[in-house]
Amino acid sequence: MLTDLQLSRLRWRCRRGFLENDIVLTRLLDRRGAGFSDIEHEQLLTLIALDDNDLWDIIAGRKNDFPANTSEMVSTLRDTLSTH
Amino acid sequence: MAMAIHKYDAVVIGAGGAGMRCSLQLARAGLRVAVLSKVFPTRSHTVAAQGGIGASLGNMDEDNWHYHFYDTVKGSDWLGDQDAIEFMCREAPKVVYDLEHMGMPFDRNPDGTIYQRPFGGHSAKYGEKPVPRACAAADRTGHAMLHTLYQQNVKSNTTFFVEWMALDLIRDSEGDVVGVTALEMETGDVSIFHAKCVLLATGGAGRIFAASTNAFINTGDGLGMAARAGIPLEDMEFWQFHPTGVHNAGVLLTEGCRGEGAILRNKSGERFMERYAPKLKDLAPRDFISRCMDQEIKEGRGCGPNADYIELDLTHLGGETIMKRLPSVHEIGKNFANVDVIKQPIPVVPTIHYQMGGVPTNIHGQVVVPKNGNPNTVVNGLYAIGEVSCVSVHGANRLGTNSLLDLLVFGRAAGNHLVETALGSKSHKPLPANAADYTMSRLAVIDGSSSGEYPQDVANDLRKAMQLHAGVFRTQKSMDEGVAKVIAIDERAKSLSLKDKSKVFNTARIEALEVGNLMEAAKATMVSAAARHESRGAHTVDDYGDTAENPLGRNDREWMKHTLWFSEGNRLDYKPVNLKPLTVDSIPPVKRTF
Repeated sequence: MLTDLQLSRLRWRCRRGFLENDIVLTRLLDRRGAGFSDIEHEQLLTLIALDDNDLWDIIAGRKNDFPANTSEMVSTLRDTLSTH
Repeated sequence: MAMAIHKYDAVVIGAGGAGMRCSLQLARAGLRVAVLSKVFPTRSHTVAAQGGIGASLGNMDEDNWHYHFYDTVKGSDWLGDQDAIEFMCREAPKVVYDLEHMGMPFDRNPDGTIYQRPFGGHSAKYGEKPVPRACAAADRTGHAMLHTLYQQNVKSNTTFFVEWMALDLIRDSEGDVVGVTALEMETGDVSIFHAKCVLLATGGAGRIFAASTNAFINTGDGLGMAARAGIPLEDMEFWQFHPTGVHNAGVLLTEGCRGEGAILRNKSGERFMERYAPKLKDLAPRDFISRCMDQEIKEGRGCGPNADYIELDLTHLGGETIMKRLPSVHEIGKNFANVDVIKQPIPVVPTIHYQMGGVPTNIHGQVVVPKNGNPNTVVNGLYAIGEVSCVSVHGANRLGTNSLLDLLVFGRAAGNHLVETALGSKSHKPLPANAADYTMSRLAVIDGSSSGEYPQDVANDLRKAMQLHAGVFRTQKSMDEGVAKVIAIDERAKSLSLKDKSKVFNTARIEALEVGNLMEAAKATMVSAAARHESRGAHTVDDYGDTAENPLGRNDREWMKHTLWFSEGNRLDYKPVNLKPLTVDSIPPVKRTF
């Protein structure tokens, strides 16, 4: 579980320059709230440190060379994208 | 504890293309520059720009800035200032070559010159034939530009304050801008940035509409800051729409869909564009199609349970064609509409894309206001560049590729002007004793509220109202109703409530501050739109149609003028359009046909 502060910080860093990323990341945060494990949190932080275009290519499944040890969160984001 | 004061020669608010182009010019001249940004610089909304930068390099076909100038004046529906348009089009090749020298990875021709792609509205020989004028880096032009500029800024020692939100301009007793207050998100503390000049480069306010292609960060912060400081906002009634944004998402479907034969249908399955444009049908111009779609929805022929969208039908194209020519549309349908476009139509609505108006400036980026009979009196110490500004080069409608060009030309011009006017050797004007009082009183209201509505609820109601009353299809009655509605929402926005009262990284607190900025942009848009009794460019009003006296509803005799909206009292003023270019003959107004 994330603390309120961790969640708040995460929510802000999921504000992107790119609407597609905004939508998917917000959808994920709205669904999961603070319910991320430490590992998931770490993986998400690693992914959102990427540039918007690279992040979107990974989420949309166009690119599979994502950072090491983030595969679970990549799957989660792809599921989030495809489930409305 | 005393408030922290940071002292710089220049403070740039916003780290998109305009802000970083300007800060680079200043830092390279040895000035101390701070750039404040709500998000990491390369995540500014410029990153979303795909199309390219318009510049008459003539690498593909004969071209020169005179043709670009003509296209831009015509595109603006004669609301653009021709001095500014000439300046931008003449400077365009220089700013592209500048970027090339910085390492921007432009697409290339086999001979090594920059490749240029065609784009709607760009022509050679004054409208005679299309000309490729867009300089691009694949479909990542904005991304490449931001990275290039960020790296150059780091190299030149620009200081970035990331996850800082600028709040209010500080003006002294003479009205000069001497600094800005800003909130550090990590601590929730407010600081003062004491500067010889402040540059607004905060982008547009596309999030005032429910259907928007803009990222969530585009909340019009610079517009709010300017409006609260008594500076008018110019031509805010002019917003560019894109016809095919995905319903409830805003994500754009490329114009290529309709080029490949996709059809827009209403709830009866009717191909309604046949009624509005019997010849061009679904290939009619972007703004025209947007208005027809909105009319179908407003007249009860929209699709879905709330009859609030139109369906874009690609099913007759077949799976093979769709997957070969429009794979991204298939991907977007699946991901943002839960629709397989091979089998089902996809819900779309006209979607806000770009803000033509903004903070009024001259060609140096200096903010100008009416004073003592001069409509363009400079506000000392304040500049605005990029989408937040209104120079005005886009007038009533922007030409594709001129947005990235605007950022580069005027970002650089503002930097050059400050360097040429010896900013470095000037001294700081003293801060007024009450420099941060206004900001602290605004925060005290938010922090102290115990009842009231949540920021997002008010913002959502505002977006719905703006979409309904200042959308692509406008009527006088609806706009008048919209003014009353937005003013009522503004009252609600004055007593927002926060669940979480903490200061450290309190995103709800930040969103409440953003709502204040959205409100200023929305009031400016709604009030300015309701007052303009004509149709021009993106502001097309059903009541003001095509007549012999006013072709296409444009009334040059009474309305060829810029709107200036003042927050205090929702007051309007006007100033003339500058029809006189810097060195060439004026392009006289004619009926805009294509």
